[in-house]
Amino acid sequence: MARFLIKRIFSATLTLFAVSVLTFLMFFALPRDPVTGMCPKNCNPERLERVREELGLNDPLVAQYAGYMKGIFTGRDLGSAQGGHCDAPCLGWSYVTNEAVSDTIARVLPVTLSIVIPAAVLWLLLGVGLGMVSALRRGTWLDRLAIGFSLTGASLQLYFVGAVLLLVFVYNLRLLPVPSYTSIFDNPLKWASGLVLAWVALAFLFSAIYARLSRAQMLETLSEDFVRTARAKGLAKPKVYGRHALRAAITPVVTIAGLDVGGALGGTVITETTFGIQGLGRTAVDAVRAGDLPTIMATVLIAAVFVVLANMLVDLLYAAIDPRVRLR
Amino acid sequence: MSLSPVEGVALAEIESGGDAEAPERKGVVGRSPGQLAWARLRRDRTAMVSGGMLVLFMVLALAAPLIQMVYGIGPREQFQHLLDGFGMPLGYAGGVSGDHWFGLEPGLGRDIFIRLIYGLRTSLFIAFAAAVITATIGIVLGTLAGYLGGWLDAVINWITDLTLAMPFLVIALALTPTLVLRFYGEREAVSPAFGVGVLIAVFAIFGWTSTARLVRGQVIALREREFVEAARASGAGLGHMLFRQLLPNIWAPILVSFSLAVPQFITSEAALSFIGVGLSDETPSFGRMIYRSLDYLQTDPAYVFFPGVMIFALVFAFNLFGDALRDALDPKSSR
Repeated sequence: MARFLIKRIFSATLTLFAVSVLTFLMFFALPRDPVTGMCPKNCNPERLERVREELGLNDPLVAQYAGYMKGIFTGRDLGSAQGGHCDAPCLGWSYVTNEAVSDTIARVLPVTLSIVIPAAVLWLLLGVGLGMVSALRRGTWLDRLAIGFSLTGASLQLYFVGAVLLLVFVYNLRLLPVPSYTSIFDNPLKWASGLVLAWVALAFLFSAIYARLSRAQMLETLSEDFVRTARAKGLAKPKVYGRHALRAAITPVVTIAGLDVGGALGGTVITETTFGIQGLGRTAVDAVRAGDLPTIMATVLIAAVFVVLANMLVDLLYAAIDPRVRLR
Repeated sequence: MSLSPVEGVALAEIESGGDAEAPERKGVVGRSPGQLAWARLRRDRTAMVSGGMLVLFMVLALAAPLIQMVYGIGPREQFQHLLDGFGMPLGYAGGVSGDHWFGLEPGLGRDIFIRLIYGLRTSLFIAFAAAVITATIGIVLGTLAGYLGGWLDAVINWITDLTLAMPFLVIALALTPTLVLRFYGEREAVSPAFGVGVLIAVFAIFGWTSTARLVRGQVIALREREFVEAARASGAGLGHMLFRQLLPNIWAPILVSFSLAVPQFITSEAALSFIGVGLSDETPSFGRMIYRSLDYLQTDPAYVFFPGVMIFALVFAFNLFGDALRDALDPKSSR
């Protein structure tokens, strides 16, 4: 177990390192002058040169990268134009928004978390539940209904579903306010009513995929010998299905869920665009449009951290769920 | 006679081997797995209906210029005189009429029907091109990793993990303008074909991972089988092992994953155009249309409706067909 963890953490660190280097090269080293995008229209050459100097763009690439990494772990001193000293998770200074990137992230990350976490709970419960029920009731009208639901959902697009939801619930029936984000600690009710459409849209589309996957997995598991053995030795149906079959059937679902949730936490660009909520995804898109390199770099890194962490968590969950898996 | 170890083929060849006796032995007809799958597909009503829909979509896309001639309206023509003072189309359901079957775009007043037809063309072309390229990359890397194993497997696996860890939309969003700027100046007009090419390239960089994983798993399962060992013992080279021994045995899952990858690329292309990368507004595309239509959600809901339903129908048909194909190719599978 300990050995597995160490190996896994090592490879995760290596992946993150590679992502950071690649992103760094992609954005800082490519031909486009990184500074032009960061300076508003009335830019004179002196100001450009000053910004370039302050960002350290005249230093060698390796030194720039080392400085950036040092900032994340120990903090570093930036020029006075960039707010002076920058504390430990220092992601640089954005000339576009005129604030430290870590402040921007601290503001928008809770938004994305508030969208993704409840939606993920909803889609996993709904999807896996539906898949299980339709596998156990195979061939009935319930099963057919679930298949229809999952086929439709898997072919729908988030922006289309989102548009329809907005049209019906916000503009026509006026049941819900225009989607927006309020902190859950300020007003939980407003938090929920502002985000519920995003949850429903995400959950609808994702649960369709999960229902399909978990139905197929469950059907396959139900035909396995150990399920028959469990039934033959006289175990009650709920126990066989709930404890034995479910555990084996759910492992592939967990893998996909890890990737999906990890990916979504890194920014739900489409959802945020459709509903006009400013989360991590929208921030990344805006940063790209404005050529705001420090913010782009930070959002990409955070997204990568989420994916890598989710993958690691999935590996650990495997061992907890499926008794046949041994971690080595 | 080929060394192909596919049981069905071997059986068929043995049975059809004695040509002289064939007429007397009626009843038992040897069929290759391909023929069996085709027969199963023919019997599957869903497969036939969705397949028919796909053929229709492809014909529509290929015949877009012809349709334009018959319909008499081009994708860039504007009909400002049919819009009211606020730029909204006159008439019901976004200006649906005998001349403009799906109505007009608010603002610019372009015909939605012909733009959808051309959007279909863009979408299908990008999706197929991307699917072919990613399948090729995935197959090559997957077979190499699975068959050779060792450090090569570890490296390819790690690259796969790395690719999966990159946030696709953001990177694509950031990469496209830099790529474009590398070839075009700050103010130069970018040709539509170049935009399409960049989009396909971005898909190629990110899309190969699932095929590579799938192929690798299948190859590992086959690697230790007797026929592979026999071929190796007879001194078969790497190329022969990969392309004559291993690949013919895993074409079925590859075909299924290909057929399910196409709708994914259609969706991704629309998503990217939706957040405003890649295709300029000049190239008709579903994603661009939906993105523009969100601004008119309250005033002209029909504008969201047509592209939304169109892309749903397209992806739905592909998904249904992919599932049916899986059933036909793998009779054991229970979807």
